Amino acid sequence: MSGHVAPKSLYYSIFGALMVLTAVTVGVAFINLGALNFPVAISIAVLKATLVILFFMHAKYSSRLTKLVIGGAFFFLFLLLTLTLTDYMSRGWHTSPRGTTTAGQLQRTDAPNGGVAPVGGHVEPPSPVQEGQVEGH
Amino acid sequence: MPNGHSIAAHAGDLGHGHDPGHGHDAHAHAHHPALQHHFETLGQQHEASTLGMWIFLVTEVMFFGGLFAAYSLYRIWYPVAWAEGSLELDIMLGGINTIVLIGSSVTMAMAVRSAQTGYRKATINWLLVTMALGLTFLVIKFFEYKHKWDLNHIPGANFQFEGPHAPHVEIFLSLYFAMTGLHALHMLIGFGILSTIAWMAYKNRFSPEWYTPVEMAGLYWHFVDIVWIFLFPLLYLVDRAHHFA
Repeated sequence: MSGHVAPKSLYYSIFGALMVLTAVTVGVAFINLGALNFPVAISIAVLKATLVILFFMHAKYSSRLTKLVIGGAFFFLFLLLTLTLTDYMSRGWHTSPRGTTTAGQLQRTDAPNGGVAPVGGHVEPPSPVQEGQVEGH
Repeated sequence: MPNGHSIAAHAGDLGHGHDPGHGHDAHAHAHHPALQHHFETLGQQHEASTLGMWIFLVTEVMFFGGLFAAYSLYRIWYPVAWAEGSLELDIMLGGINTIVLIGSSVTMAMAVRSAQTGYRKATINWLLVTMALGLTFLVIKFFEYKHKWDLNHIPGANFQFEGPHAPHVEIFLSLYFAMTGLHALHMLIGFGILSTIAWMAYKNRFSPEWYTPVEMAGLYWHFVDIVWIFLFPLLYLVDRAHHFA
């Protein structure tokens, strides 16, 4: 019983890849990609974590049952984050008559009110002019 | 049945071995000393340990997951304060710590590999290097905390911060201390685990047949590394480009 012995070169290659990805994520942080900065940073972190799990933690060579448990961890984390965020990010959507939303402003970093987003469903009432336009169609 | 015949012949060989009087004892001691009685083989025992360790790590993912969820909510509410708070953190020290911690993951993987291949001395040395890198991380973290302390950036009654979004920056820094603090606590626990494993290796407890504790300690150490892989961009690299644009 000695499991799978990976070659040393594999571990050093993974280390090299992790260092390159670290350098990339720091570099990209100083480039303005607009709304893409956050997804890029998270994608790089997920890629790094995947390399660590697959090779350093030997998930690649583990049994199917172990792989299922590992997948389960991230499935429940996904549930925790997405179900929570679907609530908070969609607040205010329902109170708007035509589905317009202020949720887009919640993610802006240059919000004029300093990012103090209107949480709790406060939405500007539609002006009579807009109402008329909609009814005219 | 030719197979049945050969097995019977083999069993007969065992029964009438070189020492018939102690045949039963010889059979009982043929097991590896590390094999516990409720497992068939060391392989099965190792598999059970691996599965149990991963189930524990699932609970750890959810433990940190709660903090990541809190982080996500407040970041959506107070994006500008998040960027301002993030700029207070030292990207150089955070980056060095990232390199140190990923480095310690490689040395940990090498320690497990040395145990797998039966190099006791190398196992001990790689474990000691891993512990030294872990300690380096904690020392750097200490100086980062010290700097925050000197600036009165510790959330609480004496919190001071120049800027229009100070109360929300305080929330950012609260989460910064909660997340990095919990992470540092895991590093300390990991350091204790690795000390124990290094001592066991020194006592020659491991062999290519049985090195499960080294591998399980490795899983814990790598998990702590993964948490930092997410903490670093989320805390240190928030919206830097947008701020300077």
